[in-house]
Amino acid sequence: MSAEKAPKGTIKKVLEYVSKYRFLIILSLMLTVINVSLTLYIPLLFGSAIDLIIGEGLVDFAAIRPELGKIAILSVICAGALLAMNLLNNRITFNTARDIRNDIFRKINVLPLEYIDRHPTGETVSRMVTDVEQFSDGLLMGFTQLFSGVLTIAGTLILMLKINWKIALVVVCLTPLSLFVARFIAKHTYKFFNDQSKVRAEQTGVINEVTGNLKVVKAFNREKAELKRFGEINERLEKVSLKAIFYSSLTNPVTRFVNALVYAAVAFVGATDVISPYTALTVGMLTSVLSYANQYTKPFNEISGVIAEFQNALACAARIFDILAQTPEKPDSDNAKTLKNTEGNIEVISVNFSYDKNREFMKDLNFSAKKGQKIAIVGPTGCGKTTLINLLMRFYDVDKGSITVDGTDIRNITRRSLRASFGMVLQDTWLKPGTVRENIAFGKPDATDEEIIEAAKRAHSYSFIKRLPNGLDTVIGEDSGSLSEGQKQLLCITRVMLSLPSVLILDEATSSIDVNTEIRINKAFDELMHGRTSFIVAHRLSTILDADKILVMDKGRIVETGTHKELLEKGGFYANLFNSSFC
Amino acid sequence: MKKLLTFINGYRKEAVMAPLFKMLEALLELFVPVIVKRIIDIGIATSDTMYILKMCGVLFLLALVGLIFSITAQYFSAKAAVGTSTRLRYSLFEHIGTLSYPDIDTLGTSGLITRMTSDVNQVQNGINLTLRLLLRSPFVVFGAMIMAFTVDKVSAVTFAVTIPVLSVVVFAVMLSSMPLYRLVQKRLDKVLSSTRSALNGVRVIRAFGREQEEIKEFEQINSELNLASRKAGRISTLLNPVTYVLVNIAVIVLIYVGALRVDSGIITKGSVVALYNYMSQILVELVKLANLIINISRAVASSKRIEAVFAVKPTVTFPEKGAKPDMTSDIAVCFKNVRFTYPSSSAAAIADVSFSVKKGERIGIIGATGSGKTTIINLIPRFYDPDSGEVLLFGRNVKEYASGTINELVAVVPQKAVLFNGTVKDNLLWGNSDASDEELYEALDIAQGLDIIASKKDGINEVLTEGGKNLSGGQKQRLTIARALVKKAPVLILDDSSSALDMATDRKLRNALSKLDYSPTVFIVSQRISSVIDCDKIIVTDDGNIAGIGTNEELLASCDIYKEIYNSQTKGGVANVG
Repeated sequence: MSAEKAPKGTIKKVLEYVSKYRFLIILSLMLTVINVSLTLYIPLLFGSAIDLIIGEGLVDFAAIRPELGKIAILSVICAGALLAMNLLNNRITFNTARDIRNDIFRKINVLPLEYIDRHPTGETVSRMVTDVEQFSDGLLMGFTQLFSGVLTIAGTLILMLKINWKIALVVVCLTPLSLFVARFIAKHTYKFFNDQSKVRAEQTGVINEVTGNLKVVKAFNREKAELKRFGEINERLEKVSLKAIFYSSLTNPVTRFVNALVYAAVAFVGATDVISPYTALTVGMLTSVLSYANQYTKPFNEISGVIAEFQNALACAARIFDILAQTPEKPDSDNAKTLKNTEGNIEVISVNFSYDKNREFMKDLNFSAKKGQKIAIVGPTGCGKTTLINLLMRFYDVDKGSITVDGTDIRNITRRSLRASFGMVLQDTWLKPGTVRENIAFGKPDATDEEIIEAAKRAHSYSFIKRLPNGLDTVIGEDSGSLSEGQKQLLCITRVMLSLPSVLILDEATSSIDVNTEIRINKAFDELMHGRTSFIVAHRLSTILDADKILVMDKGRIVETGTHKELLEKGGFYANLFNSSFC
Repeated sequence: MKKLLTFINGYRKEAVMAPLFKMLEALLELFVPVIVKRIIDIGIATSDTMYILKMCGVLFLLALVGLIFSITAQYFSAKAAVGTSTRLRYSLFEHIGTLSYPDIDTLGTSGLITRMTSDVNQVQNGINLTLRLLLRSPFVVFGAMIMAFTVDKVSAVTFAVTIPVLSVVVFAVMLSSMPLYRLVQKRLDKVLSSTRSALNGVRVIRAFGREQEEIKEFEQINSELNLASRKAGRISTLLNPVTYVLVNIAVIVLIYVGALRVDSGIITKGSVVALYNYMSQILVELVKLANLIINISRAVASSKRIEAVFAVKPTVTFPEKGAKPDMTSDIAVCFKNVRFTYPSSSAAAIADVSFSVKKGERIGIIGATGSGKTTIINLIPRFYDPDSGEVLLFGRNVKEYASGTINELVAVVPQKAVLFNGTVKDNLLWGNSDASDEELYEALDIAQGLDIIASKKDGINEVLTEGGKNLSGGQKQRLTIARALVKKAPVLILDDSSSALDMATDRKLRNALSKLDYSPTVFIVSQRISSVIDCDKIIVTDDGNIAGIGTNEELLASCDIYKEIYNSQTKGGVANVG
């Protein structure tokens, strides 16, 4: 990919998007033809009307009146065609923008977690918002001005040819100069627009980071320091934007200058032609040709303006298509099984995995979980507990080895059915902007209020939900407003309690909840998960004492396995961990 | 708009020069017909090829000077537009930084982001086009009208009638599309919020297999944006066809009136041609203006949204020159009958909270989820102001301190472990930008974070990707604790900051904290009895009230709620395990 040009195929992909509106585009083109031919024809009618005004007492009113009436009707038709064309173009571009946004969103939902974990949220958001916006602006301009510009050029050229071929030839010969200049500028501005998009994305990243965590920034009085960081990027953006905007805005004056040259050349050739005794060109005809030469060059101005705008649009489109071209999660294989009535026998066999393929992390992991067992995973922070969950849920695929559920490799199970059988409560409490009810019913949208309340009671969240201003209908804003971390966790637990999965994964699910409530919640989980398999990551020993199996992990490996009692007797890593935690 | 104007003010020179040069360019264009007239009247009439060549040379010169004027104008307008929007974005960012916690809760993140990105872009675009065209268009339009009056006063009345009508149309379209564009931006906020949510919640959405529903919901939001955009677009597209019809009607009237006047010998046919040409010039200019109007409407709509943010004054304001803390005071923190309600809530989060803490004491705060623990400690560094009552810090009401003073006095480890882009070192330096490497390592040692550094290739210079995504929850927590320790503030607040730590690490951390050489007053909010059991004083919260204050022994004797928590966590022979 050269730095100066949009990657090949960007335009092709743009065309693919708009081709959906083929019919509307053809209609819009037809309206453009009507509009342009009338716009060119009406001045001719005005001319002939003026020609009927010959002089004092010599005005042919009988002929003028119908002529003017005709103009009035045609003007309305012309305007009508223009309006219809604009409306169609509006629809085509805004719908294309909508389609692209929908596709980006769909893409986000199938992108591998690896991509999402590695790319700043703000950057993707900037593509969704700013890039699509700029792209659709450029597209709209292209539609409204490009076609009509080309048609106007063709129309005037024909009219000029009819009057004098020599002048037309001069015009045709000089035209490429204008196009050449426009192309030259466009080629060089693409780079600036591309740079602008990049810096802008970087800035959106900072905006997202700081605005999203404003409370922490304020807690450390870091507003000034962050402002400095922002200011530095802001200044870079200023420089590159100034370049992009200034250089692209050169197109218009420069092509206008070329057009003025054309005008002067036409005036010269035309005037000497009039003097020459060998041609029949009259002064009147020269005036018409000059006015056409003027009209002829205007669309060039517009088109070159459009081209500048288009460079920006293409730079944005390239970034949009970059995300759309990302390989999605490997699709489920054709013969992938749908997991139903999961027993919950899970087998992890010689699994290797690492995020950074150059640095080995998880190696030769082996263990099994039988139906109904409660498996606890303990170990120092960073030992690989969360990674294990990533693998079980198939957010990431193993590098080597396999994980099976009821004897089937999870890579041969549809992701949807696998994840549907697994319930998960993560350390990181995410709630969607919406009501409390919507959030609880997230995994079971058709749940009745009774079921929701029942789940909330079991998860011990009902007492605080009841006290919220609108109960279940309280809207949880972005970033969950004034809910405490513990209340958010309670809602996440309620959410999973309602969906009743076959296998449960709790990753520090109760870390911010007071211990008494936690104990009651765990009891509820025990009842709920009777006969079902569960994985529990916790630091509080009380929650894992009665586990059927404790996996002790360290540095991506399982170092010990056994029950609490067995492990204590063994006097190894776990016993150390446990004993050291006495005050 | 007022606010926006102050920003353009910084570019007064550019903002004046751009339209000025644009007008000069337009003026030059007006000379072209005069030259052509000379070519015809003199050059052709006398068959003087040299004269024609000379006049064409003048045309060329006019074009060249026009080019220079125009490029100058483009440069000044680009500079003014980009400069203004850069300052605008900067000061918006700065303003958002001054907002206090309650304001942040109310405004929401997505809306702030769109304003700083999309809305500012719209304003930039609007300024750029306005400077280039806004003065030029009326100049040409009124210039043409004045020229028409010099040709024939009676016929020129058509101009005098048409131009106000056209102005009304232009303004009507502009005014009616502005609120629609504001709606477009508002809907764009929602698209943004939805996208952020999908990215942040990707694991939960996939775990619950809710991708399709989320997509459907997004499509709904997106189609609302689409409808709003199209509606706003529809009104704007009316402008061109309507002006076209109006101008053509004016021309028809003009020709008819002209015909009558020629017929009675008052004016010549040439004058009618001239009048016609002037009207055509107006049409061409209006077409340009129509495109501009859309951008202006959008820019105005966006600038109003931006101003709405500027209009939000921080609810918590600090005095310029704050009081000096009384460091000799025996009492570090004191709450007097404090009551507080969150802006989005109707019930008070805490009420009647009173207690006082001596310098150097270690205070534990324990209580059920949502009982007000975090709320209490949020009032100490004045993240929020209480509804009633007083919070004293080193002998003074916290409201008397400058924000810098409070920052020096209090170090907070927030519940949510958030780190920022940059290296580990960059993050730690948040606590104190002058800290030496030794001090950073010392803080990491206390926060039990040395092994995190040891495990990273670049040690303390390891780069953290967004929000520390490449760290585990416990690693993040330890780094946020270290960050606060670097500050060495006399008051240290840990808001349930060790919840993701394993038991052994947590214990080591607590030991290290109790031996800090600068002996700060420490607040430890926790769910674990073991984390607070050896504190000098334990505050037990219950449903927004204080249920008891005292040492472990005192509370066991007097506070039922504490006893209940204690028993539940120590039964089964695993006392103090936490």
